[in-house]
Amino acid sequence: MLRSSQPLTGPNRKRCREDEMLLGTVLDEGERGFIIDTRSAQAAKQARMTGGGTEPKSAYPQWRRLHRPLERGRPLQESFIKLVEACNDPSMNMDRWLSRLESCRWLSHVKAALSTACLAAQCLDREEASVLVHGAEGTDTTLLVTALAQVILDPSCRTLAGFQGLLEREWIEAGHPFHLRCARSAYSHARLKQEAPLFLLFLDCVWQLSRQFPFSLEFGERLLLTLFDNTYASAYGTFLCNNEKERRVGRAGGTALCLCKVKESTHSLWAWLNQPGEKKKYLNPLYSHNALVIWPSVEPQSIQLWQGLFFRWIRSSQYLDEAWAEIQRVVE
Amino acid sequence: VENVRLLDRLSSRKAALGTLYLTATHVIFVENGSETRKETWVLHSQISSIEKQATTASGCPLLIRCKNFQVIQLVVPQERDCHDVYISLIRLARPVKYEELYCFSFNPKLDKEEREQGWKLVDLNEEYNRMGIPNNYWQISDVNRDYGVCDSYPTEVYVPKSATAHIIVGSSKFRSRRRFPALSYYFKENNASICRSSQPLSGFSARCLEDEQMLQAIRKANPGSDFLYVVDTRPKLNAMANRAAGKGYENEDNYSNIKFQFIGIENIHVMRNSLQKMLEVCELKSPSMSDFLWGLENSGWLKHIKAIMDAGIFIAKAVAEEGVSVLVHCSDGWDRTAQVCSVASLLLDPYYRTMKGFMVLIEKDWVSFGHKFNHRYGNLDGDPKEISPVIDQFIECVWQLMEQYPCAFEFNERFLIHIQHHVYSCQFGNFLCNSQKERRELKIQERTYSLWAHLWKNRADYLNPLYRSDHSQTQGTLHPQMAPCNFLYKFWSGMYNRFEKGLHPRQSVTDYLMAVKEESQQLEEELEVLRERLANLQKSQLNDNKVKSKQQDRSKQLGLSTSNNSLANTPQEYSNDLKSFPSRSPSQGDEEDSALILTQDNLKSSDLDLSANSDQESGVEDLSCRSPSGGGCLPSEDSGKDSDEAVFLA
Repeated sequence: MLRSSQPLTGPNRKRCREDEMLLGTVLDEGERGFIIDTRSAQAAKQARMTGGGTEPKSAYPQWRRLHRPLERGRPLQESFIKLVEACNDPSMNMDRWLSRLESCRWLSHVKAALSTACLAAQCLDREEASVLVHGAEGTDTTLLVTALAQVILDPSCRTLAGFQGLLEREWIEAGHPFHLRCARSAYSHARLKQEAPLFLLFLDCVWQLSRQFPFSLEFGERLLLTLFDNTYASAYGTFLCNNEKERRVGRAGGTALCLCKVKESTHSLWAWLNQPGEKKKYLNPLYSHNALVIWPSVEPQSIQLWQGLFFRWIRSSQYLDEAWAEIQRVVE
Repeated sequence: VENVRLLDRLSSRKAALGTLYLTATHVIFVENGSETRKETWVLHSQISSIEKQATTASGCPLLIRCKNFQVIQLVVPQERDCHDVYISLIRLARPVKYEELYCFSFNPKLDKEEREQGWKLVDLNEEYNRMGIPNNYWQISDVNRDYGVCDSYPTEVYVPKSATAHIIVGSSKFRSRRRFPALSYYFKENNASICRSSQPLSGFSARCLEDEQMLQAIRKANPGSDFLYVVDTRPKLNAMANRAAGKGYENEDNYSNIKFQFIGIENIHVMRNSLQKMLEVCELKSPSMSDFLWGLENSGWLKHIKAIMDAGIFIAKAVAEEGVSVLVHCSDGWDRTAQVCSVASLLLDPYYRTMKGFMVLIEKDWVSFGHKFNHRYGNLDGDPKEISPVIDQFIECVWQLMEQYPCAFEFNERFLIHIQHHVYSCQFGNFLCNSQKERRELKIQERTYSLWAHLWKNRADYLNPLYRSDHSQTQGTLHPQMAPCNFLYKFWSGMYNRFEKGLHPRQSVTDYLMAVKEESQQLEEELEVLRERLANLQKSQLNDNKVKSKQQDRSKQLGLSTSNNSLANTPQEYSNDLKSFPSRSPSQGDEEDSALILTQDNLKSSDLDLSANSDQESGVEDLSCRSPSGGGCLPSEDSGKDSDEAVFLA
């Protein structure tokens, strides 16, 4: 599975031999690959007007392009805000709850994200074909798909350590702009242009997987909630800045802008989480290694609202916590 | 009929080829596959509707919808055969006489005494005793001993001590169907009670001294309160409309010290339509999130569930927190009244959250108080306007509570699903007819078997591993909040999509935990035995070593083998656009396309086959050490496979 950003085809249908060669080396003679473009066909076409575009069939003959539009940016943030508002609305009544939930479209986004990740996974696992995933910038929906696909496919990504590694690789090092995306969250009136809850959407999808496969993830909901918290506000430097360049030390004497020396000046969230005393809080008592691929159901009935997150401060989770404590007790 | 295809709803390209059999009691589809020969059994009593669809090139489709929400899509190659099957099923699914029902031919091979014992398992007299009755305030009355006062009530009713036979009879004449106020639940902590009745025949201005005295007697039976709640579970408009027909509701001016309250649960027709709409949503092919949520809201189903629950919460609060007795009624006092009284009792009394207690609750508020099982669930062919999912709604309320309070119930989801299944299956005699009187006339207990005994025998399958009688959640009353943000109602896919393999978590946490618990228990017992032995014997080296190695072996066994094929599952249809995978052309045989459909080896390794067959395990290893009897969430219809009973008409 590969990821990138959009090819800069532009309105004049530019080509780039190196790019074509690079993709060519991925596939053997006669093999085919799939390109999953997370924009709609129309949006991808329109991107040409501003210098972007898609891979033309003639230039990339072994690659077959599939469009799976995933929401990002402002509309996704609006969806998030609307959902949080709906959950917090004291005057809400049961009569209108479902249509209100529907109008937020959050669950539709979850369904779309899971479906696309499953599609990518299917290409790899069932079709045994390589996959290239990209949207526009390659920093948002792209990472959502590649990270999720790995959780589905790879049992090692479902361990606590493996999942942390996945986050480091597919989100942090891959350059998801956390600083811009996770700024003020849902309550703020400041509607920042660059803010969007892609990472939360990812966590929600992982939660859906944990619900459908209660034995297959080594970690539980608590880890996901902790991660959510730390992307917005953290005592640790793990989710700071927007990319590796900003995190590192600048070149000596160079003109590179160095924002902060994250590794030197802050502590790592992982280091804290992995301490034996802390770690056990995040483990799933039902976990047992599942070497197989986990294929979730994406039917609407199978996708539920993540109450642990969206009702976290509204409703006591006492009874559910007690249930988990009981599960822990039984298993021990 | 041979060469029939059974289609899968979710994966339209996957179809099983096999033979269709019709017996006196079941429809059976047997797959041709050499390895599995999977069977799908459907009881005729479960069939709700049969639809013969337009013949296509591939054959004549037949859609069977069941009362337990199973939907079976068959394709019969010849139109004539399809028509024959259709006509036969129509007749078989609409029995005219009770004797045609399965329970009269069902033979679990128990002797007469076991059958009798089975019926004695639930004893209502014992139950009222457990509540603390008879006592200073309440007593048993035999005024209805020959069903002379009310033919839909039981022979034994519990009434306030100060209610004389004269008062009871007088009151019954002033109540619809003569269903006078009688005791449903007595809360001994504070003497408050829940009584139930039907609507008074008050019209616009009629009064009845005895009925007023009856309510007064109920109020007086609770010295801790100077007033009585009267709860009408109908919407106000409906109740008012009833006045024009000479019925109606209690006027606060006429009855001393009552506080009247409408709760507003819709009637059986609204509920029937609501379920219908929700099932239509369930039948949508590949719905979007929007379609689903809009459809669910339009059906209003969860709104109705909430209304019933809220009524139960109101009554439980009145009793437990305010210490005020409540008289509940609707129109005839056998639908909404039953739902609301049972929900309230469940909230108030932890006994009803145990397995035995739940059976007792249903026996008390539904069976003995004359809920019209036959009419509501169509045991016999009858008026379709009487059909309504009344007990289904109650069962769902219990499930919703179980989701909110996972440690509070001794039984699990499977218990509820099986009970619902058997309300319609007519495999046992508990839910036949419309009243105790009718059941006694038909000698049900002598001629059929009790579901309760059957469930009790298999209770290990129905336990909730998180339940502990000493847990805080299981003590005392439950206090769910009514505000929506505090109690979110979920769609019960375990019930309404019960038979759809792809939808559910593949791994049953309940079964796993039960297996772990069992292992732990076994280990502990062994440990005890070994400890004793150690204490008894001389401390010799040899014995020490023996003990140690045994313990090691056991703990190895406990490492429940989980990394096995039973966790395998297969991809759903993530891509509606078949053109996405041009390497697989649609014309290639179904078996070839592994991307979109199940392949043979995947079929074998998927665990807990949730399809509707009987006991027959599909030869798979499941996650727990022992597989629950009956396989997965299936009712153990072991009887159904009794080959000497079934008559093959293939």
